[in-house]
Amino acid sequence: MAEPYQHKIANALGDPKLQLAIYSATGRLADGRRRTVSTEAFPDYQELRQHAHEIKKHTLNHLDFYLQELERNVEARGGRVIWARDGQEARAFIRNLARERATNLIVKSKSMTTEEIHLNEHLAQDGIEAVETDLGEYILQLAGEKPFHIIAPALHKTREDIAHLFERRLHAAHETTPERLTAIARAALREKFLEAGIGITGANFLVADSGIVVLVENEGNARLSCSAPRIHVAVSGIEKVIPRAQDLGVFLNLLGRSATGQPLSVYTSFLSGPRREGELDGPEEFYLVLLDNGRTKVLADAEKRQSLYCIRCGACLNNCPVYRKIGGYSYPWVYSGPIGKILTPQFMGVHQDPWLPFASSLCGACAEVCPVKIEIPKILLALRAEITEAGIQKGGMLEKLAFRMWAWLMRHPRIYERVAPVAAAAASRLPRAGPLKAWLSQRDLPPLARRSFRQLWRERRK
Amino acid sequence: MPRVSLFVTCIVDQVFPQVGLAMAGVLDRAGCEIEFREAQTCCGQPAFNSGYRREARTVAEYFLQVFEDADYIVVPSGSCASMIAHHYAELFDAGDTRIAGLASRVWEFSRFLVDVLHVEDVGARLERVATYHDGCHALREMRTKEAPRRLLEHVRGLRLAEMDAAEECCGFGGTFSVKFPEVSGGMARTKIDSILRSGAEIVVSTDSSCLMQIQGVLSRAGTGVRTMHLAEVLDSR
Amino acid sequence: MLLRFASSPPPDRAEKFRSALEALGGKVAIVNTPGEAGAYVESALAGRRAIASQAPILEACGIDSLPSVTTEHSRQACAAADASITSAEYALAETGTLVVSAGLRDSRMVSLLPPCHIAVIERSKILENLDEFLDVCRQPAAQSSAVVLITGPSRTADIEMRLVRGVHGPGEIHVVIVNNVTAAPSYASEET
Repeated sequence: MAEPYQHKIANALGDPKLQLAIYSATGRLADGRRRTVSTEAFPDYQELRQHAHEIKKHTLNHLDFYLQELERNVEARGGRVIWARDGQEARAFIRNLARERATNLIVKSKSMTTEEIHLNEHLAQDGIEAVETDLGEYILQLAGEKPFHIIAPALHKTREDIAHLFERRLHAAHETTPERLTAIARAALREKFLEAGIGITGANFLVADSGIVVLVENEGNARLSCSAPRIHVAVSGIEKVIPRAQDLGVFLNLLGRSATGQPLSVYTSFLSGPRREGELDGPEEFYLVLLDNGRTKVLADAEKRQSLYCIRCGACLNNCPVYRKIGGYSYPWVYSGPIGKILTPQFMGVHQDPWLPFASSLCGACAEVCPVKIEIPKILLALRAEITEAGIQKGGMLEKLAFRMWAWLMRHPRIYERVAPVAAAAASRLPRAGPLKAWLSQRDLPPLARRSFRQLWRERRK
Repeated sequence: MPRVSLFVTCIVDQVFPQVGLAMAGVLDRAGCEIEFREAQTCCGQPAFNSGYRREARTVAEYFLQVFEDADYIVVPSGSCASMIAHHYAELFDAGDTRIAGLASRVWEFSRFLVDVLHVEDVGARLERVATYHDGCHALREMRTKEAPRRLLEHVRGLRLAEMDAAEECCGFGGTFSVKFPEVSGGMARTKIDSILRSGAEIVVSTDSSCLMQIQGVLSRAGTGVRTMHLAEVLDSR
Repeated sequence: MLLRFASSPPPDRAEKFRSALEALGGKVAIVNTPGEAGAYVESALAGRRAIASQAPILEACGIDSLPSVTTEHSRQACAAADASITSAEYALAETGTLVVSAGLRDSRMVSLLPPCHIAVIERSKILENLDEFLDVCRQPAAQSSAVVLITGPSRTADIEMRLVRGVHGPGEIHVVIVNNVTAAPSYASEET
């Protein structure tokens, strides 16, 4: 009986339109990255990656220090830091804030962290409308779906899908060009920006020495979300902090290139608190919600804590041959692709989806393109070892026993020599079951070698 | 005269013995003194990749015993070479003398020819249009990119036609191929499309596991394209 | 910290900036005098309603006295305007970037709400790249609660990966680089 994840994977593989959409979109992003990080375009690329890795390593090794410095500087600029142990605390703060300020309209720019804590759904239950303003996310919100890809959330939707959606949900005229559809969304959202009482954003980076929240985007909706409403709330995982404003050069030079092949995204905002004396506009109140939600647990593991270096560029997704086949919906959590494969078991526990770390050929393309050099295959292997140690591998005791017998055989060459060809011959006559059936479902078997190398070698020596 | 100890790998030993013979032939003609230690079996990678570290370690210990004093261990596989050269370090303590200097003694075949023997022309001849598949471990862990191509360029009569997806995974990934067969098959079919676009008659690689996957799908798809291990190409005259 | 700048001498930076921004769909004019800058802006506006910030350079170029231009800065005015005109703290040659900051003379909204944004800057404000900016401006938070790096027109590829300009921010960007702000008489005095 096939499990849910097997259904999702089969659905993705069986949808040719989806396959084409995923492949061409990720291909375009991957090509963009390749062009802008080539040796000609960006000679310092490898050096910068190493530098970024080291800054993150240092920062996470002293996270409590930098978080305290961050809090001091945010509050010195008139902002307030809210420490949220988990999603429940973060949501409670936002809900209470909205109630106290008597507002039930919130505008949001793209934030994986808010999806992690299911913010929108919970706010809706309290009668608070949180409107997604990133075009792709807005489309998905209207459709009632989840994002497909970290950088290109509506990857799987055609213009016809979107046209019908806008007609139905916005009572818009029938338009099918991307330009006209974008204009419809722009007008609808402009009203929301100007009416909303609270703007919620994520944060790409948090700068400890100055209390700066950095927002990186291409559309302008993050700028509008943090500047139009009276209140700005930034929600961020604690791992987003970097030590100094000077360090931004390293990360900003890597982020745009790795994500989309843009040396700089269209808008990079350095925000530090609510509006200051004399400034003409800007929010009157600023809150930074620092979310743990399991991050300190990941931090505690010295080998795997590098998973938290991630700057959410999406390069690993775009270059992963598995992601490019199964797409974002096949993954169990909000984070998909290679980074999702290592974060999910660490946040949820390996017991939740013990199949996930095995859904990789360990090709290493992810590690090759990661701007902060996270060793994803190494972590996948460590997770696999944890899973077998816990005895929850999908193959069960039979698999463990098989490998034990195999290991014994590999230490006894003369017996191995005799058993191997017999086993191979027997297998080719057996009914198609298990791994053999799985192999044959996709490809032919190689022909049986009549004599092994060692036999042939012996004969030659004579 | 360099002393070379062949580690043919279990897949070559049992399924593709001609690859081992070809490699031995090329190394012999290149002037190496060759030995084949019959006690050899496997590097332990299948167990390691499936998360069975204890079992992998017992096999690794056995391997290290068999090859204890070998100067050069030459392997017709990037993934097996990498398991030994890089991943054994995860199974043993840092100070363990058995793994000391392992990375400099274990060589994937093409890199051994080019970077140790400094040989690029082995005197081979094969009149074919070939395309080269970069096996993932060979490419990313053993840094094998240029060496096979230089060797192929010197094969008389061979025309090398690069495919656009040369560096994309073929989808084998060991047990991945049978744990997630449809995904594995999908990845292989993407590879095959790229191969067919290149117009090549043969696909060449340093790893028999990749070639087994690719050939399996090529045959199933009914194409006439065949796979050949780099050693077999270099042994052709 | 890696510093990668000062690779091209100042005279080339304006051209470098121009090719970087034009590649992104922005328009760049390099002029010699404030008067020429004012003329360019007037022609680019083509009679559209515009809001100008109160940056001194704009006054020197006579922009505040252009017929369709007002300096009234309320949010409603910004939302209703068809264009905005500001200056910038710096420009970054390598990427075609403008550095603007919210302050006493510029609101956050002025360079964001109207669908067209025009920036007038002195050539001397052009830096090489982001690294030089972070070196020159060691503490971006010191002067303003919102410093924004603007690199070209607002854009998205969320619908079928097709590039569309002007999503929420301006889809039309003009940058006028003035070689010499003090040399020639201002546009305003040329009128009389």
